[in-house]
Amino acid sequence: MTTSPAPLAGPTPLIDVHAHFFFEGCGRAEWDALNAARFRAGERMGISIHIASILGSWGRFSPTYFASPADTALGNDAMQAIAARYPDRVRWYVAVNPNDTEFALAEIDRRVAAGAIGVKLAAGRRADDALVDPIAQRAAERNLPILHHIWQHRRRHWPSQDASDGADLARLAARHAGASFILAHIGGGGDYRHTFAAVRDVPNIYLDLSGSGVDRGMLDDAYAAVGAKRLIWGADITLCTGLAKLWALEVIGLTSDEMADVRWRNAVRVFPHLRWEPGTGNREQRSQVGGTVPGSPFPVPVK
Amino acid sequence: MIDTNAYIGGYPFRHIPHPEPAVLARVLEREGLDGAWVGHLPSVFYRDPAPGNDELFESVAPHPTLRPAPCIRPDWPGWERSLASAVDRGARAIRAYPPQWGLGADDPAMRSLCAACGEAGIPLVLTARFEDLRQRHWMDQAGDLSAAAVRSVARGNPQTRIVVCSAGRGTIEEVHWGLTPQERALVFWDISWIWGPPEDELALLLRTMGPERFVYGTAWPLRLAQTPRANLALLPDELAGVTLTDPSRW
Repeated sequence: MTTSPAPLAGPTPLIDVHAHFFFEGCGRAEWDALNAARFRAGERMGISIHIASILGSWGRFSPTYFASPADTALGNDAMQAIAARYPDRVRWYVAVNPNDTEFALAEIDRRVAAGAIGVKLAAGRRADDALVDPIAQRAAERNLPILHHIWQHRRRHWPSQDASDGADLARLAARHAGASFILAHIGGGGDYRHTFAAVRDVPNIYLDLSGSGVDRGMLDDAYAAVGAKRLIWGADITLCTGLAKLWALEVIGLTSDEMADVRWRNAVRVFPHLRWEPGTGNREQRSQVGGTVPGSPFPVPVK
Repeated sequence: MIDTNAYIGGYPFRHIPHPEPAVLARVLEREGLDGAWVGHLPSVFYRDPAPGNDELFESVAPHPTLRPAPCIRPDWPGWERSLASAVDRGARAIRAYPPQWGLGADDPAMRSLCAACGEAGIPLVLTARFEDLRQRHWMDQAGDLSAAAVRSVARGNPQTRIVVCSAGRGTIEEVHWGLTPQERALVFWDISWIWGPPEDELALLLRTMGPERFVYGTAWPLRLAQTPRANLALLPDELAGVTLTDPSRW
């Protein structure tokens, strides 16, 4: 009898709030290998749930950050299919381009009915633009967090996107106090310290730790700025840096309770629609997630 | 295994927590490493690196696992004497930073330094970047070390081991496959800035170029020392336990 090695990130639940998948016919020819590699590495690390999105066709038929309605639907179709195929380990965001408000709102409604638990906004419009307001309002009404692509301190225009920064998102979040916003990838490029200063006093913004950046001091500063209750772990497209950050968080002195917040409890709070069956595809023991007691802070099984 | 990509000292463009030698020594122990080739980070931006080298030798002396890797600027008068002195003082490797000195890809000074390192029996270490291009301070105008610059140093090099730190897949492949088999056998790459899954670029490079072309590096204190360990841990099964080159045996 063979036993699986211990998860590299430890045995307790771990939710990746910033994952992406690919599909046949998208802009990445090696789509299947990329998906398989995410699952393989996720299994090795001990990721319980990948909360993922697909941004249109990843550039094949329209730009990734300015996806056409048809492309947006194509990507969401693929994401929905992947979630249906892997119900034990995948949850998903409906991705929308806010420039077509009517389509975006209808797409949110349609995909939430199909199981989406959050909204993904990328860089088709600045976060503080009035066009994003109806999206944020709909998300608040339906208890959907918004994962918003962010450039940490945008000091100039960057090609192929209308990037927002922390200050832009803070203005949107202030207008929609009833919505939850996940500020994407503090390690995804730019000056994260500007972000921390911009969102420190905005309680409905959570910092997603993902991104390829692994600067020493970044995690310490994020923790000092917003505390463990507003840090959410994610990996985006570099799971290796995601694992390194988990190991580093332990070194910088988070308590086990705070680690649980960052690893999964904050995600459970932010995603009211998140349900998962512990101990199925996730390898957590039921004793480690606290059972299924109503009102418990732990995830509860699918009905 | 040693860390080929470690520094002490501060960085001019952002605060770095605790870049002291004693902290580095503890980090190496925590990460299970036998030692490090340690550079002096402020010297990267000095015009004359000599005072930084003095500070480096003095700072690492109490820490046996920290092996000095001072910096020699080959367009500075008397650099040959500086190199000889560094070797006499126990340097284990020589670092050079051509972009920060404004040396172009074809600058003959770098080839002279490379040859002199070979004569002295000591490796030459180049660094592709210190920070992600997307976050650089507006005064940090040096740019990344180009693949052309590395090729220029490596082509025709008969004996000097060259270690390139903090390069990504694109640069690595452009250099490796742009050299003769004899030339590329003397070039080594640290794994600190090569992506793991899902892109699996480290796995790809280990398969296509061979693990003997790679060495361990962390880019401490700029980057998390855990990153290369995580990357190796997440390699696909057929590469699990892969053995990188250990420069401490050179």
